[in-house]
Amino acid sequence: MRTRLPGAGTWTFFAALLISGRADAHLVTTGLGPAYDGIGHLLLTPEDLVPILALALFAGLRGASAGRLALFVLPLAWLAGGLAGLNLGRATAAPVPALSFILLGLLVAADVKFPDGAVAGLAGAVGLVHGFLNGPALAGAGPGALGLLGIAAVAFAVVALAAALVVSLKAPAARIAVRVAGSWIAAIGLLLLGWTFRTRGAIPTVPGMLVP
Amino acid sequence: MSGRRAPSPEGLLAILVIALAMSPARAHVQAGEAAGFFSGFRHPVSGLDHVLAMVSVGLWGAQLGAPAVWLLPVVFPMVMAFGGFLGLAGVPLPGVEVAIALSAVLLGLAVAREARPPLALAAALVGFFAIFHGHAHGTELPAGQSGLLYSIGFVVATGLLHLTGIAIGLVHRWAWGRVALRVAGALVAIAGSGFLWKAIR
Repeated sequence: MRTRLPGAGTWTFFAALLISGRADAHLVTTGLGPAYDGIGHLLLTPEDLVPILALALFAGLRGASAGRLALFVLPLAWLAGGLAGLNLGRATAAPVPALSFILLGLLVAADVKFPDGAVAGLAGAVGLVHGFLNGPALAGAGPGALGLLGIAAVAFAVVALAAALVVSLKAPAARIAVRVAGSWIAAIGLLLLGWTFRTRGAIPTVPGMLVP
Repeated sequence: MSGRRAPSPEGLLAILVIALAMSPARAHVQAGEAAGFFSGFRHPVSGLDHVLAMVSVGLWGAQLGAPAVWLLPVVFPMVMAFGGFLGLAGVPLPGVEVAIALSAVLLGLAVAREARPPLALAAALVGFFAIFHGHAHGTELPAGQSGLLYSIGFVVATGLLHLTGIAIGLVHRWAWGRVALRVAGALVAIAGSGFLWKAIR
């Protein structure tokens, strides 16, 4: 019986093991290209992801039409803000994520009855501000404009999933659970704001900011 | 489709290893993320006085029924976070340890007596003590960790403690459950008295 020689795949596998670089945890760069880097950036950056989630919860609480508006306005505004930030933006020490957490969390917790237009305006404002703050990091060492596209795509998906889930909730207890989640988000924002005060003069917490 | 070959396992492994071996760019380096979350998560459950008070909030809410059952767990984390904000910002608050111990005593007594004050009064009582709990946590936050991840872990753990209390409080629908809850409340009050004795001694 002939012994089968290892195939090319096996040799490639062992060669690949030999060239493995060092493992660095918590890097957003995926190695799969700038669009994926943008996707990875958003998924691994709670400063940006949680406000999107909170906005989606809020839009979902306000109903299907508000959810549809937020679905399109937020990613487009993020893209527009990001493009502006790529060219004009610079890193800021303002506690924007903390304030977003507090504002959006309180809106969800209080189930504030906003008209659809106001929800769209809120989505636009959140997208513009957070996108603008993403810009400097993406321009400096990040994935650039294509990364923004990845971020906007994830924002679209998150709003679609979360808002649709909330719209589908009919049981009062389930809607209360959403509001409790909003209170948690606001609470996290308050603590984050305090943390910003405590570390003032050190590294501010701004999405996408480069840490030396 | 007969000409198509399925990829070999070695080939797939090679692709996987090569993908994992990609050199990272040096953007967005973050440190201490997981440690931040877990130390934040651990903090509220690390002190029995905190745990008893927070579970009691859930128990009391379950006894009071709607809307207190969800209003109290909404109020407590937010007001506690405000207390944490004060602690982090360096705003001093007197008698923190005494107030925390007292919260266990009073919340335990409320559960033991199945007290039914007006909702606003119950929320005010819970909110008042939440400030002290939050302040204690805020002043004890360790440096050098992700503030956001710490905060997320901290709030999630606090919320889960309340949910635990509410879940236990569901036994309130049965007669034996109501008795058991009142006994549990009395035990919390007794433990709180011990903490209070230690705090003022």
